[in-house]
Amino acid sequence: MNQAAKKRLLPGFGLSMGFTMVYLSLIVLIPIAVLFLKAATLSLSDFWQILTDDRVIASFKVTFSSSLIAALVNTVAGTLIAWVLVRYDFCGKRVVDAFVDLPFALPTAVAGIALTAIYAPNGWIGQFFEPFGIKIAFTQIGILIALIFIGLPFVVRSVQPVLQDFDSQYEEAAATLGANSLQIFIKVILPAITPALLTGFALAFARALGEYGSVVFISGNMPMKTEIVPLLIITKLEQFDYAGAAAIATVMLIISFSLLFIINFWQWKQARKHQSVRGV
Amino acid sequence: MLPKKQTVHTSTKGKKQPAVASLTKGILISLALLFLGFFILMPLIIVFMEAFQKGIELYFLSLTEPDAVSAIKLTLLTAAISVPLNTLFGVVAAWAIAKFEFKGKNILITLIDIPFAVSPVIAGLVFVLLFGSQGVLGPFLEAYDVKIIFAVPGIVLATIFITFPFVVRELIPIMQEQGSEEEEAALSLGANGWQMFFRVTFPNIKWGLLYGVILCNARAMGEFGAVSVVSGHIRGLTNTLPLHVEILYNEYNFTAAFAVASLLALLALVTLVIKSFVEWRTRKAHC
Repeated sequence: MNQAAKKRLLPGFGLSMGFTMVYLSLIVLIPIAVLFLKAATLSLSDFWQILTDDRVIASFKVTFSSSLIAALVNTVAGTLIAWVLVRYDFCGKRVVDAFVDLPFALPTAVAGIALTAIYAPNGWIGQFFEPFGIKIAFTQIGILIALIFIGLPFVVRSVQPVLQDFDSQYEEAAATLGANSLQIFIKVILPAITPALLTGFALAFARALGEYGSVVFISGNMPMKTEIVPLLIITKLEQFDYAGAAAIATVMLIISFSLLFIINFWQWKQARKHQSVRGV
Repeated sequence: MLPKKQTVHTSTKGKKQPAVASLTKGILISLALLFLGFFILMPLIIVFMEAFQKGIELYFLSLTEPDAVSAIKLTLLTAAISVPLNTLFGVVAAWAIAKFEFKGKNILITLIDIPFAVSPVIAGLVFVLLFGSQGVLGPFLEAYDVKIIFAVPGIVLATIFITFPFVVRELIPIMQEQGSEEEEAALSLGANGWQMFFRVTFPNIKWGLLYGVILCNARAMGEFGAVSVVSGHIRGLTNTLPLHVEILYNEYNFTAAFAVASLLALLALVTLVIKSFVEWRTRKAHC
């Protein structure tokens, strides 16, 4: 009560809140609402028919399985990289740390053509797999590689601060009690970083579901095989099938919103836990 | 802060099993660097290798031909509109959210995050459904001969949507951590609202603000999916740099595609350098 009254001493609440709501509504909320309205003009059976089309189901399978595997790979690799960056000193560490964010900064189309050039049958890495009949670019493996690239920083940046704050006295206690390094990692450190790992995983997964730019070049875009959902939405748009595009987009949006809600709830809960610990 | 660091050092370089520990350390560092080398560094290197493959002359020719120049101009224009707007919004919204208590704050923050969660393609789609010829406002816009979709305004709108949360999300935690005592002190000493903001609040948030602005700018200049849906890909008119890369690539004009891509890669590198600099500054300020 006292706190709230004190905070209102500062000026500009009405103005800043008003501007925030107007801008948020105009740029984000109203356009999103229009999508839901468009989808709502479809009858339930039409909606169902669009979504159960073989090509649509196939694209959902490709998108979800690729995103899930890529996020899992990133969870393991991201934890390793965060660990190395926090716990060890080596030359060039600062540069390596900065480069982890490259996927955030590099435009997706650039990443897409670069990865394709590397993994195409005549590319730097692709040529070594070609003699064994293994194709990377233009298959689902290619999609996976693009999604691993795009999602890696999410896990590293979620886990890194938690590892940094982790009090080493627990590890020392475990070591004095005779635990080996692996036991310490699994029983002491892993439980402490699990919430951050889950957040990183969910962020990487959510990003992968909607990713378009880096995937379209390397995927080959074959319907039923390597066609991702965002590409299918564009295909429907180009055929002027606005209702179909809106229906698929609505399903994707609901999934994204659920993920966003879960992630924000986790982070909010973690922050509160953190605060209460610090408060004591 | 300092004693804690020392304990970390003694624990990692502990007396027990130093050989095993340093072996593990070596293996883990190698694995991490190998992964980053393959997935992060190699794509960056190949962009520049391919761009300069046929000589420096062709490289500059690809960047100075009219379509490339108009793509550069449109990309700069888009960023010049969307970044300042979202910066203004970011500061204002962060002020409301960080300095005041109100109900539904967490819901508001989640709503602001929506553009991060939405697929870029869907971001483009919503504007087509809103302003396209078959869209909600389509007939109205047509009556007044205003073109938004397949024109520059659509590209700008889609970019504003995509880059919407960058600045505000960066500022909220910084402003929250700062609290409001300093601002209250300024007010009680007779400062007006603007003086308080520019003399007290702004100096406290400037590095975080710069951080948010450069990330927002990188995304604004590099956005592909959302812009691709609304642009219509009209060469020389509605082509941004990333879209120009796609067109060249699909025409099998790989050298030119990578030359234009190298400009965007350079932008990414500059972004990373400024980002690291800001992080270094803020860490120094904390010590």
